[in-house]
Amino acid sequence: MLTEKPATTTLTIAQAAREALAEEMRRDPTVWALGEDLAAGGIFGTYKGLVDEFGPRRIVSTPISESMIMNVGFGAALAGTRPVIEMRILDFALCAWDELINQIAKARFMFGGQTNVPLVVRLPQGIGRGFQAAQHSQSLEAWLVHMPGLVVIAPATAADEKGMLKTAIRSDDPVVLLDPKSLFATSGEVPGGEYTTPIGVARIARQGADVTVVTWSSLLPTVLSAAESAQGEGVSVEVIDLRSLWPWDRDAVLASCAKTKRVLVAHEAVQIGGFGAEIAATINAELGIPVSRLGAPRIPVGYSPVLENTYRLSADRVLGAIRATAARSV
Amino acid sequence: MVRIREFEQHARIGYDRGEIPGVVHLSIGQEAVAAGVCANLTREDYVASTHRGHGHCIAKGADTTAMMAELFGKTTGTNKGKGGSMHIADFSVGMLGANGVVGGGIGIAVGAAQASRLLGKANVSVCFFGDGAVNRGPFLEGLNWAAVFELPVLFVCEDNAFSAFTRASTTTAGKGAAARAEGIGVRSRSVDGNNVFAIYDAVGELLQRVRAGDGPAFLHAPTYRLDGHTVFDSAPYRSNEEVERHREDDPVAYVESRLHQWGVDGAELDRIRVEAREEMLRAMERARSAPFPQPADAFADVQLIGAPPC
Repeated sequence: MLTEKPATTTLTIAQAAREALAEEMRRDPTVWALGEDLAAGGIFGTYKGLVDEFGPRRIVSTPISESMIMNVGFGAALAGTRPVIEMRILDFALCAWDELINQIAKARFMFGGQTNVPLVVRLPQGIGRGFQAAQHSQSLEAWLVHMPGLVVIAPATAADEKGMLKTAIRSDDPVVLLDPKSLFATSGEVPGGEYTTPIGVARIARQGADVTVVTWSSLLPTVLSAAESAQGEGVSVEVIDLRSLWPWDRDAVLASCAKTKRVLVAHEAVQIGGFGAEIAATINAELGIPVSRLGAPRIPVGYSPVLENTYRLSADRVLGAIRATAARSV
Repeated sequence: MVRIREFEQHARIGYDRGEIPGVVHLSIGQEAVAAGVCANLTREDYVASTHRGHGHCIAKGADTTAMMAELFGKTTGTNKGKGGSMHIADFSVGMLGANGVVGGGIGIAVGAAQASRLLGKANVSVCFFGDGAVNRGPFLEGLNWAAVFELPVLFVCEDNAFSAFTRASTTTAGKGAAARAEGIGVRSRSVDGNNVFAIYDAVGELLQRVRAGDGPAFLHAPTYRLDGHTVFDSAPYRSNEEVERHREDDPVAYVESRLHQWGVDGAELDRIRVEAREEMLRAMERARSAPFPQPADAFADVQLIGAPPC
């Protein structure tokens, strides 16, 4: 009898997320999900059909009560279950920041280690499909990475969305999953069979020799496109998909930077005070090399296409930053 | 109730002597609510509490020695000195934590109830909060949630008449907490918050239906905070006459007088008081001699993945 490794399948990120949750709910009866419109599949289809398999007590469509969604998930995590807390989009989770920051992030420490806090908070973030204006487009990973007690992950591929969500659900820490809103419909190869993806390990998304670009989440495809263009200009770009923001993979980043000695950190979020600054400072302190940064200008996201595009990083802008970084003398 | 009173009085002494370093909110005058509610609970039931939570902890069965050590900031504290008065928790007795945020415990209790149902457990969750919390969003969100999902939660509004330094009546519109709960469709009772017998009976009746699966219930228990908001607060915003008038309704004195009427002799009441006092003096002595945390302890218990390097 042949024992073949299961073939890969092609899934969108939304489908991969759905598969991860379904597999974990089959595996562990204490896993459940709560959030608005979940019985209807969620606004991105990441819960599609799950209520049919698991029933309304495990796929819970809640009132539009963000602070209660967050705190009910917290209380349920203290009482022996593993909730997946869906906040619809990150911007709405700001109504539940007290519960996330004052309660969830601090509970293990504040209670002297009496309890685990095994929950996942899902915050789809970024510009998404576009033209949704200032309250539906933000990327706030810097706020979250800043907060002791939280694990923060930001996958950008279907395989990582599935594997990292599964790891997050099994974790005994509160894990914030920043779903890449604009990439939900993007397809990718997903390994067949059971697998999980570790938290804290970066992925080399493209190998290169001249410039390292560190990026994550929604900006990854844009960076890969710019890297391809740079190749045509004779610049070999290594792209690191950080995937996990806290903890982040210092070893992988530093190893690549030590090799190329020309580094750009790029993210969709506002550049000033962004998480890229932390990475740049670390690279500079460890390796003594200058690091370029690229992020959005410090402006709210405007509705009109011209305004949104002024905020949004295009492949051309990333390419320009790669060229400038490549031109640095080392 | 006597143990709560003695604990609070000794916490005050510990603060005045400089042995308790941080903020303490005393519940002197409010002991009947904690005792009357928790006497209806089992160890398996959950309680979520407030910043003024010592009484709830003691009534739910937390160890006063570990609680006092927590106030002293010592490693033998319930939370290893990491939480202090406002975060005392004892998960071993179902006490899911005091809370530094007004209304912060409401969702925790509701969530614990939702978990219990998912796990097929028969226990209930009780959430204590004050008059201030009824003006926060979680009050509406939590009662609505518990009602629509028919969860086994008892909400207890321990109304001590003051939202910090301000009279709650001047900041709360409408007909009060119970009317609001009724408006959301949660079965409600109002009862004298200084009468432990009345509270015990009312909670017993409410919990009978909560335990039977009839959904949440609400208890409004007006009482009076005899001390300031915190140990720093001399409460200059109210008159001594007002406080003295309320001392006549002291819930501990009321219990003692009733017990006396029922034939419990004075010596027995004295013995209860002396035992409670000795318990708290021992707790203070143990707290005094216990070690403080080391700086390295500040790096422990933060998180498992991505833990801070010490």
